Amino acid sequence: MAESRVAFDLQIPSDVEYIEGVVELARQRCRELKLSPTKCSLNVPVALSEALSNAILRGNDSTGGKHVRIRAIVSDTDLVFEVVDDGPGFDLDECTQDCTLPENISREEGRGLFLMKRLMDRVESFRNKGNVVRLTLHRE
Amino acid sequence: MSFSIKKQGEVVVVDVEGQLIVGNRQELKQKVLDELEKGEKKFLIDFSQTGYIDSSGLGVLVSLSKKIREQGGELRLANLNDDLQTLFELTKLDTLFQISDTRERALESF
Repeated sequence: MAESRVAFDLQIPSDVEYIEGVVELARQRCRELKLSPTKCSLNVPVALSEALSNAILRGNDSTGGKHVRIRAIVSDTDLVFEVVDDGPGFDLDECTQDCTLPENISREEGRGLFLMKRLMDRVESFRNKGNVVRLTLHRE
Repeated sequence: MSFSIKKQGEVVVVDVEGQLIVGNRQELKQKVLDELEKGEKKFLIDFSQTGYIDSSGLGVLVSLSKKIREQGGELRLANLNDDLQTLFELTKLDTLFQISDTRERALESF
């Protein structure tokens, strides 16, 4: 079984102003791990930004005083981000829209989960001391 | 992250410096809507200094495009780097917007 280590473990106030700082930290870790430039500058920033904004705006319902926890875990093969909020959770497949369908393409919303799934190798949502969204990206 | 607006001929050019994300999308929207309110019709958003855009940022671009069209105007985009081009292709928003390689080409296209 591949060994894994925690690259960072943070708790931020439930406020979208904190997203950019967390994403920048994640990008630094990606560069240190020598992930491809596209993974460092597109896949991770956009997918993680989506997971964080979902946690803050939907999971925690923009409620002040709440927090979001973010853990980055590295193994020989994968980089995994876990984003935990206080919300009731959601059905990932049920909530994901195909924003490329003609009837959806000019909608203003509904691209977040779609992008997470397209930019990560695996996206999971489950409950474990809060609602967890786990993003997995293969390092190679 | 910041947005700067200047007029080039008849076109309002907006430079997006840094990220266009959930935390700052309203600022961009308001700046463009203020210009629309003043009667401006032609808008170009230049992404040459942009890092990444999230789904909220994409949503604001769609929203602005609609509002500008409703007022008889046009919104065009320029200078998407490879990552941003990929993002627009993944979401098929490259089919919704007129996108130019350079600011000059975009300005000429109006």
